Parts: sequence; structure tokens; C-alpha cells
Amino acid sequence: MARFIERHPAWALIVIIAVAVLAWLVFAIWPPGLEAAIGRKRVFLNAVLNGITLGGLYFLVASGFTLIFGLMRNVNLAHGSLYLFGGYIGYAVSTWTGSWILSFIVAFIAVALVGVILQLAVFRRMEGQDLRQTMVTIGLSIVFADLMLWVFGGDFYQVQTPSWLIGPVQLPLLTAIKSSGEPVYLQYPLVRLVIFAASVVIGIAMWLALNRTRIGMIVRAGVDDRDILAATGVRIQLVFVLVFALGAGLAGIAGVVGGTFQSLSPGEDTRFLLASLVVVIVGGMGSIPGAALGAVIIGLAEQLGSVYIPTYAIVVTFLIMVLVLALRPQGLLARR
Amino acid sequence: MLKGSLGLIALSSLLLSGTAFAQEKIKVGVTATLEGTYTVLGEDGMRGFQTALNVLGKKIGDKELEFVVASTDATPDSAVRAVRKLIEQDKVQILLSPLSGDEGIAVKNFAKTHPELTFVNAASGAQETTYVDPAPNFFRYNMDGAQWQVGLGKYAYETKGYRKIATVGEDYSFIYTQVFGLVLEFCGAGGQVTNRQWVPLGTKDFASVIAALPDDVDAIYLGLGGADAVNFLNQYQQAGGKAHLMGGSIMIDQTILSSKGSAKNALIGTIAASGQADTWEDPGWQKFVKAYQDSFPESKRFPSPSLLATNYYGSTMALILALRQVNGDLSNNQAKLKDALAKIEIDAPNGKIKLDANRQAIGTNFVTEVVDDGKGALFSKVVKVIPNVNQTLGYDPAVFAKIGLPSRTVPECKKY
Repeated sequence: MARFIERHPAWALIVIIAVAVLAWLVFAIWPPGLEAAIGRKRVFLNAVLNGITLGGLYFLVASGFTLIFGLMRNVNLAHGSLYLFGGYIGYAVSTWTGSWILSFIVAFIAVALVGVILQLAVFRRMEGQDLRQTMVTIGLSIVFADLMLWVFGGDFYQVQTPSWLIGPVQLPLLTAIKSSGEPVYLQYPLVRLVIFAASVVIGIAMWLALNRTRIGMIVRAGVDDRDILAATGVRIQLVFVLVFALGAGLAGIAGVVGGTFQSLSPGEDTRFLLASLVVVIVGGMGSIPGAALGAVIIGLAEQLGSVYIPTYAIVVTFLIMVLVLALRPQGLLARR
Repeated sequence: MLKGSLGLIALSSLLLSGTAFAQEKIKVGVTATLEGTYTVLGEDGMRGFQTALNVLGKKIGDKELEFVVASTDATPDSAVRAVRKLIEQDKVQILLSPLSGDEGIAVKNFAKTHPELTFVNAASGAQETTYVDPAPNFFRYNMDGAQWQVGLGKYAYETKGYRKIATVGEDYSFIYTQVFGLVLEFCGAGGQVTNRQWVPLGTKDFASVIAALPDDVDAIYLGLGGADAVNFLNQYQQAGGKAHLMGGSIMIDQTILSSKGSAKNALIGTIAASGQADTWEDPGWQKFVKAYQDSFPESKRFPSPSLLATNYYGSTMALILALRQVNGDLSNNQAKLKDALAKIEIDAPNGKIKLDANRQAIGTNFVTEVVDDGKGALFSKVVKVIPNVNQTLGYDPAVFAKIGLPSRTVPECKKY
């Protein structure tokens, strides 16, 4: 942090000012002039929170993607299919057993198993051949999409939110003061907050696992130089399988999350593949904190865009990607 | 040389099969939105189509109808692609297509490139399709979105006492047409429409849209359909929304009222208008509901047919009856059939339907209110029946033309 300020005083100033402005926008009561110019504070706060919670979902998908890429240098373009498959599994389990929590566990395990099979049957056979792997995963994603269309049809599925998560909660954020002097607090859907909290927990757990455990150390060493790591006697293939299983399982969990606060249907696979590609390109390929930052940026851009410039909302996301590629092609938080 | 002879063989076999078909089969191409946001609507449309075949049969004199079904996803290019495939590959002679508004405009324009064929609209309801530069071989036996809103504005203003409303709708022609009909009548009665929000078809995350709903209005009008409507209601429930609601014709419809989950309960008491009402007591309607229920096992249908099923039924019925009038004669570029289609008056389940000079339906409209039948199923209950609704909504055609075509901002909220 201190080093960053020393190196880039101008950028640091801009970031600090931006954070201050954002904090003021979130906590202060807006003067009438500002409300007239950009709309009510409730709308703004909601869009910001929606952006952050949507970022949580994007992070879940993209973290698995970036983990697999970081370790195996393998762009898994079937990652979106894993997401959708997890969602369908979650839907089936939650309608069958009525348990929302259980659907996460089953989806994680089932999709992780698919990941293991993919790694053993496909990627291991073409290690180090990037182009072949990419082509094969594109092919697989098309096959998976058709298989899922065959089994689940073109219908829309929604994972039922458990009853204790339905409805809004009051957040300690003022949106306005009524003429009677009574403060109005922000109401926000509980389920989105819970999902966001869960993705933060998963993110932190992953960071701790990578940076504080022996397995994490092996994985990090593998990211830096897997040949040397293999030469030291580590069973690198086993590590690959584990990481692939974890990354795929995360995509499966994300599928259940997406099916809960959005919905599942054919086409969602490519939408989330694209989202996670953009997220990791913005954040930096192979970096977990980068995926988190990229996910929040993209989530915010989508939601704020859909409120303030609805016609161009989609462009904003790609504009950010283009800017990052032009100014910092390795991504915002890429490892050097 | 080889190429040439192959071409000849292909050509002659084509001609042969063409004449062979003409003797016994009449090929009809059908499209429905069997993928994408409107999947559920397309599926129930096909149920209505099947019900019509069960009731009326496939025989036209000594010929038999043969159907080829193609799937679309509510986008205009998917509809044109499907119709083109049906004509060029499957060699259909008549089309029953399409389901959705933007598709309708595209297929109508495409119909002009095949003046020899006959196009019967299946269910699409954008105003432009038959109002602007209509195709002479395109016939529509359902009313358009604006006709389907007749009665709602007045009912909301006079009986419900709503003065200010806001609208949320999908960003395409059918919903523009619906909001057009609503705004004309509501503002004509003296009401105000303060805000019109448009969301892309296929929106998943409505959270920010819901947050941006104004709270100083008496009611919020929802012009959504299919998965969008279900997604919206789900997230509306999660956000704890409590406003009075008004619904468009595919919002307050069995496709939504029968959806899984509890989110739909937000719709109880919602007022709406449509080309049908689930609980109408008319014997013709009841007979149709019975035929629909008997055609499918209970788990494979809705408790009562949706607007799409009714439209597909009516269109199929008009086509079969007209074909029988001319005894299946498709000679001379199907001139006799086209003539019969233009003149035919059908006793559709949802009231008598006849066509105007643009080959657009004049029919009956219903104002409804959503009720719970006591067992957890929701139905639309008749509040008011309005017969003889034409495309200019009772306005003088010259005045109507000045209002402009339905769009995000047209019509203005004023008395015309």
C-alpha cells in the first residue's frame, strides 16, 4: 500500500478521492440538487449493492476459472457449462429434498467429479498444448449445452429460496429524511446479502488456503514453476486434479447461487463464461484477489449502467475490458 | 456434366414430390417460441394448436393437413430463419406463424417476398404488423396488444381510483403496443403516467429495476412475459415490494399464474385486460377449456388455457374452416383460400372474430382481476366484457393516425 503511494502518487490521490466521494454518496443524505440531477439515493444505493452482490456471484464463477488457469495454464472454455450443470443439479436436489443448503453440497460434489473426469480424461492427455485444449473445451461446451438442453429442455428453472431468506431487511443506511423528520432506511433483499457474505467467506478461505497451508504452498509453487516442483517429488498430477476439482466445484456452487437469485436456462453457460473471461482479464489471469476486484468492478458497471445508461449498459463492461487491455494488459492485480 | 445431371434429377424429384403432395397433403408450417425467454408461452401455444386439431380434425375434403413445426426464440431473425427453412426446405404451402410481436413484423415483411403463399398469424400482437403497410397475404385472427388493453385504463381510473401510474415493460414492439393502448385510455380518462421503464427481453437481474420503481404512484403496470415476469416477481418478493399492480395480457396469464413458487401471489387482486378471461361463463369458452383440459394430462398443461393457447386455437380454426370452404383448393396462387380467409367470421372461444380491410381481427376484449380459487391456483376473473374492439380502438382513423406508432415514448400522456 505504502509502496504503491510512493510509486504512483497521482494515481493514489485519484483513488483516495474516488473512495471519499463514494463514501460520501453512500452515507450522506443527498442534497435536493443532487437528487434532481441523478435521481434518488435509494436507487443509487440499491444499484451499488446489487453490483457488489452480483460481483459476488461473478467471483464464485471466475475464481475457479482463474485458479485452473493460474496453475495449469489451461483456458477451460467449458467452465460456463460447469456453472449451468451445477445449477441444474442444485435445482433437482432442492426440489427433491426441499433443502437449499444440501443443494450446494451436492452441486459442489457432482460438478467437482465432472472436473476430475475432465482433467483425467481430457486435459492430462494434452498437457502443454494450449491450442488443442482450447479447441477441445469449446467442443465440450457445445456438447454439454446440447446434452443439458436434451435433459432439462428450454424451460426456465429457479431454485426455490428458503422461506427464512425471502423478503427484505433494513440496512443502517439512510436514504432520505421524511418531512416529519423520520429517517428512512434502506430495505434490501436478505438473500442477496447472504449470498454475498458466503462468497466473501469462500474468497477469504481460498486466500488462506493458498497462502497459509502446505497444499496452498504446493499450488503456489506449481504456479511459479511446475517442472521444478515435480522434480522435488511432489505428485503434481494429483495437485492438478485437486485444483481442477475445486475450481469446477466452485462453478457448481455458483450455478446454484445464480439459479436462486436469477434463473437457469440454456444460454446461461455462455453468458457466465463470457462474464468470467471479462472478470479475469480485468483482474489479471491467475490471480484470486484480481478475480475479486474484477468481479466487483464488472458487477458494479453492469448494475449502475442498467440504471443510469440503460441503452449502453452492455457496452460499459467491454469498455472497461478494452481500457484495461490498453493500459495494463496483464490485468489490474496480475502477478509480476 | 455430372453436376448438371444431378441438378436435373434433384429438380425433377422436387417437381414429382410437389405434385404428389398436392394430391393428398396440404403442408402447413407452424412456428412457436420453443426456446428462450418465451419458451413456456410457445409450449402452451402448441397445446392450443393441438387442441384445435383434436376438435376439428385434419381432413380437408379428400386431402389431409400435414404440419411441420419450427422453433424460434422471440427474436425477429429467428422467426424469419424458421419461416424460410419451412418454405425452402420443407416446402410448406401455408404458414401459421409467429408467436411474438417483433417476429410478427419481420414475418409480415417476409410474407411480401412470397406473395403466392398464405400466412396466418399464430399469436403475435404488435400493432405495426397489420397497421403499417400490411402484406396482402398475411391474416391475423387475434387482436393486437393495444386492443387487448381496451377497458383497463378506464377501469383503473374510474373504479379503482388510480390517478398516477408508472409502467415497466420489455423493450420491444408488443409491449410498446400494450402500453400504447393503456396510456391512451388511462390518460384520456384523466390519469397520469409518470414513468415508463423499459428492460431488455431476457433480463435476469431485476433488482436495480425494482429499486428504481417510483413510490409516489398509485399502481405499477407490468408489461412482462414468460421467464422475465417470473424473474421479476421472484425478485420483487425478495425485495418486499407492496405496490398495487396492473398487468399486461401476457403478465396476467396462465403462463405466469401457474408458475412454480409463491412469488406469483403478489398478483392476487391485480387488474389486467386481455383477449380472454379464465373464468368467463360463455358456453363456447367453457367448451374450449374442457377440450384443452381433455387433450392433455393434468401435469402437462395449465389448469386453464393461456392467451397463447387461445390464439393458436383461433388461428388454426380460421385456417381449417377457410380451407374447408374452398375444399382445399390452392390453385392460382391460393387465391380462393386468401379470399375465404379475408371474409371468414369465426366463433372463436373468446368471442366472434372477423377481419378488417387490413386483415386484422376485430374481436372481444376482457377486463379481469386475479383471484385465488381457494386451492392455491390463480385465475383471471371477468370484470367487464367489451365486444367489437377494432384496431383504431374506436378512434376516428385520421385522429388515430396522428397519435403515431407505439414506441418507448409514444403516445404522449394526453387526451387525443
